[in-house]
Formats: sequence, C-alpha cells, structure tokens
Amino acid sequence: MVRFIARRLILALVTLWLLATIVFIITNVLPSNVGRTILGPFAPQETVDALNEKLGTNRPLPVRYLESLQGLVTLDFGDSFVSGKAVLPQVVAAVGRSAKLAGLALLITIPLSIAAGLYAARRRDQRADRAIVLLGVTLSSIPEFVTGTILVVVVGVGLRWLPVLATAPDNADIPTQIRFLLLPAMAMAIVYFGYIARMTRAGTIEVLQSDYTRTALMKGLTTGQTMRRHVLRNALVPTVAVIAVQIGYLFGGIIAVEKIFNYNGMGSTMLFAAQHKDLPMLTAGVIVIGIVYMLATLTADLIIAWMNPRIRLEAT
Amino acid sequence: MAGSIALTPEQMPGPAAVSERSRARREMLRLLVRRKAFIIGSLVILFWVICAILGERITPYDPFNAFFLPGHQPPSPAHLFGTDRIGRDVLSRVMVGARDVLIVAPLAAILGVVSGTLLGLVMGYYRGIVDDILSRLVEAFLALPVILVALLTLVVLGSSSIVVICVVGILFAPIVARTVRSAVLSERQLDYVTAAKLRGESGLFILSQEIFPNVLGPTVVELTVRFGYAIFTVATLSFLGVGLQPPSPDWGLTVSQEYTNMISGKWWPTTFPALAIASTVIAVNLIADSLQSVLSE
Repeated sequence: MVRFIARRLILALVTLWLLATIVFIITNVLPSNVGRTILGPFAPQETVDALNEKLGTNRPLPVRYLESLQGLVTLDFGDSFVSGKAVLPQVVAAVGRSAKLAGLALLITIPLSIAAGLYAARRRDQRADRAIVLLGVTLSSIPEFVTGTILVVVVGVGLRWLPVLATAPDNADIPTQIRFLLLPAMAMAIVYFGYIARMTRAGTIEVLQSDYTRTALMKGLTTGQTMRRHVLRNALVPTVAVIAVQIGYLFGGIIAVEKIFNYNGMGSTMLFAAQHKDLPMLTAGVIVIGIVYMLATLTADLIIAWMNPRIRLEAT
Repeated sequence: MAGSIALTPEQMPGPAAVSERSRARREMLRLLVRRKAFIIGSLVILFWVICAILGERITPYDPFNAFFLPGHQPPSPAHLFGTDRIGRDVLSRVMVGARDVLIVAPLAAILGVVSGTLLGLVMGYYRGIVDDILSRLVEAFLALPVILVALLTLVVLGSSSIVVICVVGILFAPIVARTVRSAVLSERQLDYVTAAKLRGESGLFILSQEIFPNVLGPTVVELTVRFGYAIFTVATLSFLGVGLQPPSPDWGLTVSQEYTNMISGKWWPTTFPALAIASTVIAVNLIADSLQSVLSE
C-alpha cells in the first residue's frame, strides 16, 4: 500500500510540473511582449518597457522559467498586477468560498445520482432506465449558465421560492447561507447528475452480471443483502473515479455560475483578473485548481484501492 | 504498398472488401434513421443550420438595425420573443445567433479530433517511450480546468474566433487522444496487424490503411461528442465575455448582456437564447448517443 501511494504521489508531482510548464508557455512564450499584452497596442513604448522592467518580463525565457518553477516549489506565485499583494492567499481564500458552493452542489448531486444510477441498473432497458439515461445525457450537456438562467427565471423570479443572488447578508446563520447558495448549487448539481448516474448504472450492470452476484443470490441472500455486501463495493469503483474527475470540472463551471448569481468566489476573482489582465492571479488560479484536481483523483485512487484489493495489488 | 511487386488478393483491398464496407455503412445508416433520438436531434440541428445560412432573409425583423422603442417589450404577437434592452427583436436575433457558434464550435471539434486522433494512433501503435512521454503530457492536460485555461489564453492572445477555435481544439485533443489510443491498443493485437507487419509494411501504412479504418467508428462518435462539448465551451466563454464579441448576436453573449435584467422580471431576452443553446447541445448529444449505440450493436 505504501508503494502504491508513493507511486501515485510521484506521478502527481510529474503531472504538476508539466501543468506548470504548460501554463508558463501560455503566459510567457505565446505573447512576444508581456508588457504590451497587458497595456494594449496604444500604450507608449516607454511605458511598456518600464512595465516589463518592473515585472521582470524583459529577462531571458530560461531564467523566467526556472523562477516560475522555484515559485511553484516555494508556493510563491508573485504579486497581483492590480493590488500588488501576493496572489496565493487571495486565490486560496476565493477557492475556499467557492468550495462551500461546490460542496453543497456535490452534497445534492452525489446521493441523488447514485440512487438514480442504481435504480436504473436494476431496471435495465425498461422504461424507467431509458428515462434516467436520457435525462442524464440531456442535463449533463447543458452549460451551467444556461441551467442557472432557467432556474433563476423559474424558481427565483417566477415562483419566488429562493433568493436569486448567492451572497447571504453579513452574519447570516448557516441555514440562511445554505438557502442563498441553494439555487447556484442546483445549477451545478444538475450538470453533474448525468455523469455520475450513468457511471453508477454502467458499473452496477457489470457487477450484476458477474458470477459472484449470482452465487450470492443462489446461496440465499436477499436482494438487499447482495446489493449491500457484494454489488455496491465493486459497482461504485467507476463512480468514485468520475466524481474525482468532476471536481476539477466543477471549478471550471463554477466561474459562470458565480457570475449569474453574483457570488464572490473563485469565479469572480478569476473574471476580475481576466478583465485587468492580471496574469499572476490567473496563473495561480489555474495551478491551484490543478492541485485540487490532482488531490481529488489521488484520494479517489486511494478509496478505490481500499474498496477493491485487486486494483492495489495490480498496481504494485 | 509501392515497394511490393507481386500482390496477393488479400493485400489489395479488392472490390469485394470495398463494397462490404459501403454495405456496412448503409446498414448503419438504416439503423440510425430508425432511432427517434437521432431523427429529433438531426431535425433540430438542421433547423439551426437553416437559420444560420439564411439568417436575415428569413427573420421577421432586421436583427441588428431595427429598434422598437421603448426597449424590453414583453412577448406579443408582433414580437413573439419580445424585444431586448435597446429594442431589437429577440426572435430575429436568436435565429441569427446560431451562425457564429455553428462555425466556431464544429471547427474547434474538428481540430481537436484530427490532432487527437493522430496523437492517439501514434501513442497506441508505437507504445514504448513515445507513449510514456505523451501519456504524461495528456494527463497534465486533463488536469487543466478547460474554461479557466481558455480564459487565461484568451486574455493573453486577445479574443477572436480563430483563437477560440485553436484554444478549444487544443484543449480537446488530449481527451480524444486517450480514447483513440485505447481503441488502437486493442486493434494492434489482432492478426491483421501482425500479418501486415510480416509483409513488411511500414508503420505509416499500417496506421493509415489498416488500423485507422477500424477505429473510425469511435473517432466519429468522439467527433459528435466533442462537437457538443465545443458548443458548451464556446457558449460559456462567450457568456464570460472572452468568446465571441459584440455586435455578434451569439446566444452566450446575449445572455451575458441581459442576465442582470432577469431579477426585475425581464426574462425573455435571456431565456430564449438560453433555450436555443440547450436545444442545440441536447440535439448533438442525442445524435452522438444514437451513433454510439448503433456502433456498439
């Protein structure tokens, strides 16, 4: 098990290095002149030169590359072009606020979609199964901001059930905060429902056809006992993997959701940075989300290895 | 094949093999048109393609220069979808709004699938160190949050349709590569590949003439699936303000210009373009799903 974890950790570090390199290429190699990119085509040359001098972007690329890797190791992504303060604490705080929203979305979507997937798998190719699969395909293909818009119009403005802005008043208690976050969380939960439900369905169908499920039923266990003791543990392996991958996407989709619901998290921080061409802030954002994604997949790998010993034995 | 002198019948894709392939294609098409999901999806896409091509010639009003003041008139017989904040007819703009996304999204999907397929073929066939290195790179790309990286790149390079196509296409390529790679991995163990190797065919020939036709199925499915995601991504980028730019009547862009008015009850300028996006991505996914199940039958 230790070897398994060590192997996964090393792979994650290699991926992180490649990720940082890709981001470096986007921010430093693609634009021939970073100062010009920030100030636009009409700024006088002296101002551009002065900015490049100040940012250090007039130095040779290899130097800048090594510096960016050093920054990655020491967790220093530089200062914001706008506020002049270090970007990492701001990004981490923003991710924390977004995590509340993302967590609520997962809390809604995971139990619902696993239940739907199991229900569909046990009624394979019947009407209910087809309906769940079709609903899943449909919902997961619609962008979050479209679902968000329709939820605002129907639930928020039409029915007036829930607030349409996500930010609760200051010092609001937790139930009130959740009430304010419910609509944006639903917009995200709807998109992820489809993926998780389909994965659960596929995994369960495979396990239901296996010999050990048949044996369990034939030795007289009830359907419930068979599901709990034999089916779920194996059937949910692909589901755990897909949930981990979705956490990365979740933080991409959250940008649009935060814009619709005017929530001050990762999304609005990144959009503000984009409007002001604040490259250090955007870079830190991409890398922090990359780290979140990798931690999520790593955790998923460990959970899967714990659920299914065959996988952890194969990997070592 | 140029080097070999005596061709045995099995080396040459004779007329029998070709007609068998085209018969298989006809059979697939026949299975497809029997699926309700495929027909509905195709009709919806056809409708938007017609709107995109004919545009101003079939809209009830001029989508750009006809202003019916005051703005934000609710839906009425004269304006079925109402008017927007500066008095333009929402129905006309939604119809023309199909145009940009139906050019940008397919091109992005094609770029992603073509480059991803090439990458996947090479990775799956040659294995070894090339595959190891490229697989790591693919993994790193998969860890990138697509929307966020697209945002960063568009900020650096400036927004234009070409940049949107390239960014989305390149971000999709690794995902396609992974699918094609695993399809190639199972093909390369089959006898026909071994036979071609024993005949002394070059790697390029085996990849392009032997393996590629056999992984065409998953590649076509991937193309339709990517087309759906490309619409998803391009619409989201336009909504965030870094995709298609004004005065384009693009759906995502229109939602971003009007969404703040929803709270005061003016739902029509946002809801109709939002439904247009939803109908298009659902239609593409219905087509992709039908293709996938017909191919796996």
